[in-house]
Amino acid sequence: MNKGNHVTSTTDTPLLSLQDLTIALPKGADRAYAVENLSYDVLRGEILCVVGESGSGKSMAANAIMGLLPEGVRPVGGKAMFAGQDLLSITEKQHRKLRGLRIGMIFQEPMTALNPLMRVGAQINEVFEAHSQLNRAERGAKALELLKEVGLPDPEKAIRAYPFQLSGGQRQRVMIAMALALEPELLIADEPTTALDVTTQAQILDLIIDLQKRHGMAVMFITHDFGVVAEIATRVCVMRHGQIIELGQAKEVLANPQHEYTRSLIEAIPSNIVPEARGAETDTLLLDVKGLNKVFRSNGGLFKPAREVRALDDVSFSLAKGETIGIVGESGSGKSTLGRCIVRLETPDSGTMSLSGTDFMQLNGESLRRQRKRVQMIFQDPYASLNPRTRVGMAIAQGPIANGVPKQKALVQADDLLELVGLANTANRFPHEFSGGQRQRIGIARALALEPELIVADEAVSALDVSIQAQILKLLEDLKQKLSLSLLFITHDLRVAAQICDHIIVMQHGCIVEQGPARDVFLAPQQAYTRQLLEAIPGRPEATEAASRQRGYK
Amino acid sequence: MNFFARFAQNRGALVGLIILTTIILMAITAPLFFPESPWRMLQRPFLTPFEVDGFPMGTDTMGRNVAAGLMHGAWVSLLIGLVSTTVALLIGLPLGAIAGYYGGLLDDALMRFTEFFQTIPSFALAIVLVAIMQPSVTSIVLAIALVSWPPVARLVRAEFMSLRNREYVEAARLVGQGNTTIILRQILPNAMSPIIVLASLMVATAILLESSLSFLGLGDPNVMSWGYMIGAARTVIRQAWWLSFFPGLAILLTVLALNLVGEGLDDALNPKLSRERS
Repeated sequence: MNKGNHVTSTTDTPLLSLQDLTIALPKGADRAYAVENLSYDVLRGEILCVVGESGSGKSMAANAIMGLLPEGVRPVGGKAMFAGQDLLSITEKQHRKLRGLRIGMIFQEPMTALNPLMRVGAQINEVFEAHSQLNRAERGAKALELLKEVGLPDPEKAIRAYPFQLSGGQRQRVMIAMALALEPELLIADEPTTALDVTTQAQILDLIIDLQKRHGMAVMFITHDFGVVAEIATRVCVMRHGQIIELGQAKEVLANPQHEYTRSLIEAIPSNIVPEARGAETDTLLLDVKGLNKVFRSNGGLFKPAREVRALDDVSFSLAKGETIGIVGESGSGKSTLGRCIVRLETPDSGTMSLSGTDFMQLNGESLRRQRKRVQMIFQDPYASLNPRTRVGMAIAQGPIANGVPKQKALVQADDLLELVGLANTANRFPHEFSGGQRQRIGIARALALEPELIVADEAVSALDVSIQAQILKLLEDLKQKLSLSLLFITHDLRVAAQICDHIIVMQHGCIVEQGPARDVFLAPQQAYTRQLLEAIPGRPEATEAASRQRGYK
Repeated sequence: MNFFARFAQNRGALVGLIILTTIILMAITAPLFFPESPWRMLQRPFLTPFEVDGFPMGTDTMGRNVAAGLMHGAWVSLLIGLVSTTVALLIGLPLGAIAGYYGGLLDDALMRFTEFFQTIPSFALAIVLVAIMQPSVTSIVLAIALVSWPPVARLVRAEFMSLRNREYVEAARLVGQGNTTIILRQILPNAMSPIIVLASLMVATAILLESSLSFLGLGDPNVMSWGYMIGAARTVIRQAWWLSFFPGLAILLTVLALNLVGEGLDDALNPKLSRERS
């Protein structure tokens, strides 16, 4: 998979050369410079991966190259040499000539990067129009050809489709087609696969590698995932706090990272090694779900039929006290709906769910409100799940207060819980004073405050950087030991599930495809779909091997 | 950066705040400068400004002191603006909150009720209400409140609809908080910014409405107000320009100041524009 550097030998001059690039952030930001004295080259015909966690400034350099810096952020020093011009000092008009024609760009969010009111074909044609190339008929033909090249199924139909009619992966293919339309020498891809499912991500990565080889262009690939790096990079540049930590051939960096931080990033990739089955769980049945069904119906309009989505199709499983079950699946598999039904944020159409003998599905109104404390949830987005106007101590205490605990006592409890999750003496702060990982700790403390019998964690670590993700997983693991929690862990990432779960349930299209002990499902999957999910994980086995090796050194 | 620093970043808002403070001071100190009733005739009519000492803005058709009327009128204008806005908020806020939070049939019913008020031209309705209830400060406040609450209800409903499905609201529901607690503690504080901005603009509209009513002779006959002053002076506008000019300027400045302050509040409260809160 790795191309080594044989392609780079075609020429010695780099295509793009950043020299001491410094970009200033506006006053009041957490640091003075987004990137400081950044120097790296992108050579012809290579894939350079720029890796870093959120806030490392990895996207800023790309935005500066494209002249797309947000307002208030400006380059204050250094050069970005591309084809003999300094991209930082040329006019907007000159810049516009380069964009699209010689430098293409793909964005992270395929959902928002396309104009929702324009047909796909028209959007591709716009690229040619912007650079006054080709006539009308040629443009149409070329657009079709491009869509074929990026592997869209049924390109004749896709060219007349609106973006909302395509899936995320298909939209990203359209974005790639647009970026490639004028055969640029440099393609900048800013986290192009982050918003996609693993299987789709694998396809898009293959496509980028394939196109890069065929067109011989240079690719600057920005990502936070070392798994992706292992998959596609020729060279890799690791960034942190706006500075380069490490720069070198991908193979060497992965196999032998020089810097502590790089090592910790590689280490944070969940490895192939699955913990031995833990015999901690008891045989007492805690949760018994039988025949859960849920169908979402959208009202049809005058000209369109009503749509039905079967989110849950006869789902049954059970969870013993002290056990952790992982529910794994791609987006749309119904895994989140299952979690929301169990905490009763959604009401299933049919089925039963008994929690230590109480049938939760029968509860309603006031009786449900009183029983709610028995099942709690940890939410996905640490930024959206805390009320921005409520101090965190109060946010945690609200649950006990609503269930009749005196305010003073609840606040003292909240202090203790914050200490338990590693955030002692922070009860009087507001959520915006915390980082994403810290907020997720607060969310966990809130879920624990009511001493629930069961906790549902819905993608609780998906929105976090890998190193933070590892910390939160560690915290959950510790809490599980200390408080003998029962956990329902919903995730799209099989590796994460294998780390923390005793049992794994794999879901697809609202049905359970496979279930069993985590070790078995991960190491010896029985179903084709599970195998497909596992194979799609980027960087297997290179990255995971490297990660395991790193752990071995310790 | 604290709230005031963000507010002060908008120069216009600062200017508005200064004008507004001046007008409030005028209203408060009116009895000190002009202890006599503004309705008393003190000099011969139609004195031009500065013609006689103690009458910096001249006298009106009946020989009353225009400066005294202006300062006492400030009190009435501000009072009516603030009270009627408060009453409108008291009607619109709960209606909008309930409609937005619960949705469904309740939402439909409340919104049709709101639309009923919106379909009637608001000024015509205000005139009719004041005429039926007899002109007085109370009836004017009520009339203005009754015609200006629908936008509040609509705005609050929209805010609640977008906020009710946020994860933190779901989290609150999960820990067993009741609907009232969720509305008051979780959603309302987060919906306040646009409501405050709207309220500051509503005060301005209310002052304009009161002036218009007084201009038509539907003001409270016992209190001096800017609208009345302009209305009484309109027949002599060619001979005595200052009679309509000063109260007109006062209305213009007050409404402008309130709009500027509203805009400044919008900037300061809007989390998208400030880097501090995200």
